[in-house]
Amino acid sequence: MAENPHSLDDFDRRTPDWYVDRLMQSLVFIGGFSAIVFILGIFLFVAKEGLGFVTTDFDPVEFFTTEYWAPSDEDAPEFGILALIAGTAAVTGLAMLVAIPFALGAAIYIGEFATGKTREFLKVLVELLAAIPSVVWGFIGLSIMNPLIIAVFDVPVGLNVLNAGIILGLMAAPIMTSIAEDALKAVPDRYREAAEAMGATRWQVIVKVVLPAAKNGLLGAVLLGVGRGFGETMAVLMATGHSVNLPTSVFDSVRALTATIAAELGETAVGSEHYGALFTIGIFLFLITFVINMTADLIVRGVRKG
Amino acid sequence: MVAAAIAAQGVVHKLAVRDLNIRYGDHVALSGVSLEVREHEIFGIIGPANAGKTSFLKALNRMDMFDSAMRVDGTVEFNGRDVRQLRNVYALRKRIGVVFPLPVGLPMTIYENVALAPRLSGIRDRAELDVIVERCLTRAALWDEVKDRLNSLGSLLSGGQQQRLTIARALSQSPEVLMLDEFSIAVDPVTTMRIEDVLKELRSEMTIVLVTNLVQQARRLADRTAFFLDGACVEIGDTEALFEGEVQNPKTRDYIEGRFG
Repeated sequence: MAENPHSLDDFDRRTPDWYVDRLMQSLVFIGGFSAIVFILGIFLFVAKEGLGFVTTDFDPVEFFTTEYWAPSDEDAPEFGILALIAGTAAVTGLAMLVAIPFALGAAIYIGEFATGKTREFLKVLVELLAAIPSVVWGFIGLSIMNPLIIAVFDVPVGLNVLNAGIILGLMAAPIMTSIAEDALKAVPDRYREAAEAMGATRWQVIVKVVLPAAKNGLLGAVLLGVGRGFGETMAVLMATGHSVNLPTSVFDSVRALTATIAAELGETAVGSEHYGALFTIGIFLFLITFVINMTADLIVRGVRKG
Repeated sequence: MVAAAIAAQGVVHKLAVRDLNIRYGDHVALSGVSLEVREHEIFGIIGPANAGKTSFLKALNRMDMFDSAMRVDGTVEFNGRDVRQLRNVYALRKRIGVVFPLPVGLPMTIYENVALAPRLSGIRDRAELDVIVERCLTRAALWDEVKDRLNSLGSLLSGGQQQRLTIARALSQSPEVLMLDEFSIAVDPVTTMRIEDVLKELRSEMTIVLVTNLVQQARRLADRTAFFLDGACVEIGDTEALFEGEVQNPKTRDYIEGRFG
């Protein structure tokens, strides 16, 4: 074996490169692991603050199935969040009806049809839209949408599900467009070429080849929008009318879960029943977000297998 | 003692594979393969699709680490060392170069594509790198076509040119073993012939493992050839003898003569 040009030992020798490799692997592991630590930490904090309420005065049936939210009533405080859940769900649902067609349409136009300067311009514009602070959207809801809805539909109040749904939809659409466009761009051009080479029209290529190939990313974009809808606070606080109400039409004012926490937490005594109830809403929001993400993950996996 | 026995025969085993089994989950890709690759030979591996040829190559330089579903049992010895026991697997990969079926031009200039590995090994001297780049590109039969545009992007070359760039890159560290996995899929016949000539010359410097779909390519190049079928190595022998019909397994003759595939 003497004729081997290298000594056998350097298979066992740990070179500086090897140590750098190990060190960096550890560092990025810490980075990734810290995400888990932070999420657990946040959950434990929220759970701890809500626990006092959950273990004493908490009646899950009353909490989730009654619509009376009067936590600061001195004689008989009421903690029912059904109306708040309905408010959040109604606004988010309407927002998705608004945002999904806009976002997918914009993504398909930017990704598949627009070229050169138009494309670059639109991409910059979409990213700019995504960066508008939510309080500005809330302001638009208050001062532009409100009188507009009153005038067009002849209703007494313009701060309602319709207003917040449209505002939230327009707010979520840019970020959804951005993600959806990334998903379309990730589809290799050879797929399009192969399909077009068979005489398929642009639209047929998009519907039959590009969209199915990008479906995971598109689904991700939609679910990101749903998450945004559940979590959005300021714009929803300003545009819904913020009144506890089980909505029966889009012209009813409602109140959202997040807006309730934002508006009331500063006014409650730490450790009081009201304080605990707000944190219990926090736990609930946390769990909903978790379930949405898990569902998304399972759907995407199912899609992959199928 | 083993080394002494080998030395007595005058044959050096560069790679020794014993009872190699490879599974992906429940799917068995390779079972019970034992063979030796001698130093300075071109060892051909032929066989139909799904015979386990590519999985075999992956086990040789520990590329199985990239695929969490891939399970490897058995031993692979390189220069008498079990590759599964090595602490520094990167040192192993520096000495076993690989060329994959589809070309991979890295998104950097042609020059940097070839100079990357030498640079990573610590060569800083520009003149030295220039020599390596020219030598490797020349050997891969690409130098004449790209010498005037070494600073353009490697990923913009045509498919055949990118494959030759890939070969040049694999040669840039002067590996002891060069593994080629169906390298000629994306290369035109004239270029294929030029690369084959280069491989014959390289035999004096390194050991070559050549997986090929082209039976005649194995005949032109390989000193010895193994025939893989359905995850097993059913035949190993001197290439000429196999093509003359001296086979243990009649299926080998059928495959070589193109009666199935």
